[in-house]
Amino acid sequence: MNIIRYIIQKEFRQIFRNKAMLPIIFVMPLIQLIILSNAATFEVKNIKFGYIDNDKTSFSRELIEKFNASTYFNVLTDYPTAKMASSAMLNGNVDVVLEIPPYFERNLLKDKKTDLSLTINAIDGAAAGVENVYASQIVQQFNKKAQIDFRLQGVAIDQQQLIETIPLFWYNETLNYKTFMVPGILVLLVTMITLFLSGMNVVREKEIGTLEQINVTPIKKYHFIIGKLFPFLVLGLVLLTVGLIIAKLLFNIPIIGSITLMYGYTIIYILVILGIGLFISNYTETQQQAMFIAWFFMVIFILMSGLFTPIESMPKWAQILTEFNPIKYFVQVMRMVMLKGAGFTDIIPQLLKTLLYAIVMNGLAVWSYKKVS
Amino acid sequence: MGIKVINISKTYDKIKALENISFEVKPGELFGLIGPDGAGKTTLFRILTTLLIADTGEATVAGYDVVQEYKSIRNHVGYMPGRFSLYQDLTVEENLNFFATIFGTTIEENYDLIKDIYVQIEPFKNRRAGKLSGGMKQKLALSCALIHKPKVLFLDEPTTGVDPVSRKEFWEMLKRLQKKNITILVSTPYMDEAELCDRIALITDGKILEIDTPEAIKSSFPKKIYRVKSSGTFQLIQDLGAYDKTHSAYPFGEYIHFTSTSTDFKAKDLVDFLKEKNHSNIEVMETDPTIEDTFMELSK
Repeated sequence: MNIIRYIIQKEFRQIFRNKAMLPIIFVMPLIQLIILSNAATFEVKNIKFGYIDNDKTSFSRELIEKFNASTYFNVLTDYPTAKMASSAMLNGNVDVVLEIPPYFERNLLKDKKTDLSLTINAIDGAAAGVENVYASQIVQQFNKKAQIDFRLQGVAIDQQQLIETIPLFWYNETLNYKTFMVPGILVLLVTMITLFLSGMNVVREKEIGTLEQINVTPIKKYHFIIGKLFPFLVLGLVLLTVGLIIAKLLFNIPIIGSITLMYGYTIIYILVILGIGLFISNYTETQQQAMFIAWFFMVIFILMSGLFTPIESMPKWAQILTEFNPIKYFVQVMRMVMLKGAGFTDIIPQLLKTLLYAIVMNGLAVWSYKKVS
Repeated sequence: MGIKVINISKTYDKIKALENISFEVKPGELFGLIGPDGAGKTTLFRILTTLLIADTGEATVAGYDVVQEYKSIRNHVGYMPGRFSLYQDLTVEENLNFFATIFGTTIEENYDLIKDIYVQIEPFKNRRAGKLSGGMKQKLALSCALIHKPKVLFLDEPTTGVDPVSRKEFWEMLKRLQKKNITILVSTPYMDEAELCDRIALITDGKILEIDTPEAIKSSFPKKIYRVKSSGTFQLIQDLGAYDKTHSAYPFGEYIHFTSTSTDFKAKDLVDFLKEKNHSNIEVMETDPTIEDTFMELSK
């Protein structure tokens, strides 16, 4: 016990003496949290919108007016020809082009149907999808209003059921992206710092030769590893705490669920990450190698965590792979507990998987740490 | 209770680092491993300190087998690697405390053993180890290796890169430690340090050439040695190399150490030869062999 305590004390001393590391550990993640939470949003605003009005009637003008009224679209230009519009899109001056065909009003009144052409710059596929939804919504609204107009004018139309859907976004009523992103980004930061620090720590002792000196002592493997990991567990929890305070104060993110549950899960989660870090450390010779391998896993974990792209839309094999992604579970748990107020029984599946992961990774880490080469 | 090494071999990939090494260090002996870089000294240390497992052969340290009873060995040996490997960002005192703790002891408990050494660095006990001078670092490393009162002390090139004054002090410390009944195995590439050991093993390319006391090794030198000097040293080496009676000629400080193939060689022959080659200020004197001479002769 005395030995573990002394190793922990020594690790903390070294962390706090490293003048370059301290700001990296505490200041950088928080700057990232503040910047990313404000910047990482899936909303697309200020879409550059152009149109070609071949009809020039009250109907066509009304449709364009609807786009103009939307906060998402900046109605920019009226292109006289489709050719000019497409060259403008090529130059990047316009994102979405709506072409209203000739006789738009006449066909709509006479045949009750007409076509519209919508051209979207899909260089950024995600944004294009969102723009398509926005544009469709506006056209639908216009369509509905047009039908009502017909009735008022006494034009007989089919007795179509007019069903209006009013979406209700549970747990995040205003669809505030920050509410959605902040818990996720907080997860990334806790993960990155604990993985990098633990991954580089043992390898650093290898580099400076102290590991060899330690290895000739009668110190027990588990003493050494517990002594090494504990400080980073504490650091991870401190980081989570500071992050939660910022989330609450700066972004006003609701924290509905139990804080104790959140911390309890986080402790198990950090153990997984520390196990991975230590495992990497045991198989590398320099801090540089450890850093690259840690980055490799980090990038895969982040992009396959469901934070930036929904897991449901990934191919089947990728979905299976995400089962091995600890970040996925942490993001799920944080969102469930923070936003939904999920209780212990709700997160049992994630909890069990994480626990199993922690046992396996730390088992591997202890097994692969050999005092004899 | 010393060290016993029987037929140890170790191969890295295809390079033979150690080939059938056997020797014995008596309890309380100061034993030197003398050899150039790459001779296999560090590999042997790593095997004896249980950091590496030999391919074949057996070894015991303080009576414990290095493979079967490695745990006991770790309690009873002190190891000072060639490279300074303490925590540079911890202070002198913290380093010492750390190693005392992981050996399950305290500085106070074994203070008498390290006292002589520690008093010299005590004024800097709050200084970080990375900020110490080379000699101070060695003293701290030695203190850390001694803190648990080891029975056997392994010192891998402890004086490489240390100034001559600190080197001398360091060897005096080793002599004092030896009196406290600690078996010491020390490696060094410096032949002058070899004379300070009780017995030495000359090692090169993973093989032991000779094991004996420094005196016996020196007197075992089979030939008469002449030290030769003239005005042009470079030309002298060239000419000696071309001389038909030359057995060996090595630079040795300001002199060339020369041995001859012929048994009835006279210094005058060489002087005449050199005069013929237009050398001036010629000096040819018989001299006592050193360990280096023996080493060069054996590794020929």
